[in-house]
Amino acid sequence: MTITSNSSATPAGFLRRWWPWIAIIAAALILPFVLPPLRLNLLGRFLSLGIVALGIDLIWGYTGLLSLGQGIFFALGGYAIAMYLQLDSLPPGQLPEFFGLYGVKALPLFWQPFNSPWFTLIAIWVVPAVVAGLLGYLVFRNRIKGVYFSILTQAALLVFFNFFNGQQKLINGTNGLKTDTASLFGQMVGSDAMQRNLFWLTVLLVIAAWYLCRWLTTGRFGDALIAIRDDEPRLRFTGYNPTAFKTLVFTVAGALAGVSGALYTVQSGIISPQYMAVPFSIEMVIWVAVGGRGTLIGAVLGAVLINYAKSLISEQLPETWLFIQGGLFLLVVTALPDGVVGWWRLGGPRRILEMLGSASPTATYPGLDLDPEVQAEKRAIEARALAEESRVNPYGGEP
Amino acid sequence: MTVLLDTLFNGLAIGSVLMLAALGLAVVFGLMGVINMAHGELMMLGAYTTFVVQNLLKNGPLEGLFPAYILLSIPLAFLVSGLAGLLLEKTVIRRLYGRPLETLLATWGVSLILQQFVRSVSSAFFIGLVVAVALGLLAPRLLPPAWWRQRWSPLLGVGSWVAASAIGIGLAAALGNQRSLDQPWFSARNIDVTAPEWLRGSIDVAGVTMPTARLFIIALTIVALLAMHWFLQKSVWGIRIRAVTQNRPMSSCLGIPTEKVDALTFLVGSGLAGVAGVAVTLLGSVGPNLGGNYIVDCFMVVVLGGVGKLLGTVVAALGIGVLSYILGSGSLLLLWPQMPAGRWPRCWCSF
Repeated sequence: MTITSNSSATPAGFLRRWWPWIAIIAAALILPFVLPPLRLNLLGRFLSLGIVALGIDLIWGYTGLLSLGQGIFFALGGYAIAMYLQLDSLPPGQLPEFFGLYGVKALPLFWQPFNSPWFTLIAIWVVPAVVAGLLGYLVFRNRIKGVYFSILTQAALLVFFNFFNGQQKLINGTNGLKTDTASLFGQMVGSDAMQRNLFWLTVLLVIAAWYLCRWLTTGRFGDALIAIRDDEPRLRFTGYNPTAFKTLVFTVAGALAGVSGALYTVQSGIISPQYMAVPFSIEMVIWVAVGGRGTLIGAVLGAVLINYAKSLISEQLPETWLFIQGGLFLLVVTALPDGVVGWWRLGGPRRILEMLGSASPTATYPGLDLDPEVQAEKRAIEARALAEESRVNPYGGEP
Repeated sequence: MTVLLDTLFNGLAIGSVLMLAALGLAVVFGLMGVINMAHGELMMLGAYTTFVVQNLLKNGPLEGLFPAYILLSIPLAFLVSGLAGLLLEKTVIRRLYGRPLETLLATWGVSLILQQFVRSVSSAFFIGLVVAVALGLLAPRLLPPAWWRQRWSPLLGVGSWVAASAIGIGLAAALGNQRSLDQPWFSARNIDVTAPEWLRGSIDVAGVTMPTARLFIIALTIVALLAMHWFLQKSVWGIRIRAVTQNRPMSSCLGIPTEKVDALTFLVGSGLAGVAGVAVTLLGSVGPNLGGNYIVDCFMVVVLGGVGKLLGTVVAALGIGVLSYILGSGSLLLLWPQMPAGRWPRCWCSF
């Protein structure tokens, strides 16, 4: 801590410490005026997907729970904001257009609170969080884990998908709710100026979500999560209750997914049950896996880069995308289990340089050799071993 | 009474397809704890094998065999799907034992690749693929042996596969200019398998109309079940499979070749998926997305039935089949006419 604060006193040290943030802020300020509106919109969408990826990283990368149902919470957040936007852009007393098609005369009860912007702002993350908390509590209390947890979340996803898909009279069923023609603060949501503001909002929220996740994972709470991932029975026998930790972290991931879904919806212009389809939720997992699970920045980078690659490749060669995606799944699982960021941090580039002969192979671990604490411990152990030896065999030489 | 029989029969028909599909999944899951997300795509391979067999026999020197093509395609589908599964086990799943979540993701990747493969495979594509695989496999022989003893030889392995794929893709693209080679074999459209004449009618028993195709599926399921039962209970390899399922380290200590057992189990499980694919073609047209429609139901059957018990799978599949028929076709009211109507909230009735 002291080292960094000393070095950030000089301008060069300040730059060295803060350059990623300076780069991010500069990019966020400049990009909206450089990129064409379509590309900016895509970037904003993919950044908002980074938030759901952060949630998955929390539950999968840190806690070891592979949820295949994050689409539920993503879509719930999206539906919350879409319902508000549908109501907000209408004159009071009028119903959204699609209700007329199915002969619905009065606004369904659960739509009523979405007249209020404040309720909506809270519902976006509270509703998914509550659903996630309930589901998580029931599942974790019964100590369902591993593959069974994954299948169960997938089944829950299917239940939600079928429900939302079939309810024409309540939420327009399979057609979904449109938001791009709705108005917010007197502006069309789909307009360029509004999209630019939404982009900045997304950047801010990604950073906030990243800080939240970092705060959660660095302290004792994060240690407990990693302990659950690596050896849950042992944590239980140490006197902790894994159920509470797992439920809490699953709830947080659900809330993050809800925020992500709301941001994605206002930027893509529509929310439909398609976002609860099975493949989309599995795709989310692969963003985290490619970026690097257990590394927060990897989750965001993975979400943005893979989706950008997907949109670029799908424009040029739509047939090849599934091959590439499938190949990514295989590659990451078999060859890069720590993802790209994890590979980078664990010295992957150096290993390649060693193979090519550009760097001398390291026989030791430089991180350990430079760590004074480790070295002190090593010396202490050696000294103790020496003392032990002389005590056991005080005359030295052969016993 | 008729309604009850009708419900039972149709539920049995739905359940038997599920059972065929879930049987293989249950064996694989029970033995290795591996969730095979590509199981549905292995079914799809079986269905496409049936389609190919039908088309080969329709116009050709073997036309006389056409009525029996469905019988002929059962072993072939078993073989095609089984070999695909064996390849999957040897190349991917073998590296991932003890990591079930990773296996889930990897097999999902395989399922995506298989889906798109069926959609876009053409002669040019196929030739490119074969050349790429051949070059990649032969690279250790083709390149100077001294290179493989260098410090950078791991990179050479990766590089040779990248180069082989690049050559294969280039070749496929070059051949793709020829119209005749560029035609996709199946394309993304659904394919139709016409049932042979002897499977088209129906039999009336006690007022219930039983389509012959469904009876055939039920019979096929029973045969597969009995064969599986015999295989697991009586044959040497079946006993080995059960031993490894119960206690892998101990079986290994007693000299059972666990790696071979794994491979064989995967082959048999995948082959059963292929047979299920044959059955599915009799129910309607099938497409590249066939797998997605069945995979989640199959998981439910496996989870409900319990691990490593054939009987559990049978009961779970029949239960889910009958239930989904009753709820799906709305025959609950027929079975239970006096169902109280007013007690249900209005919105539940609008499903």
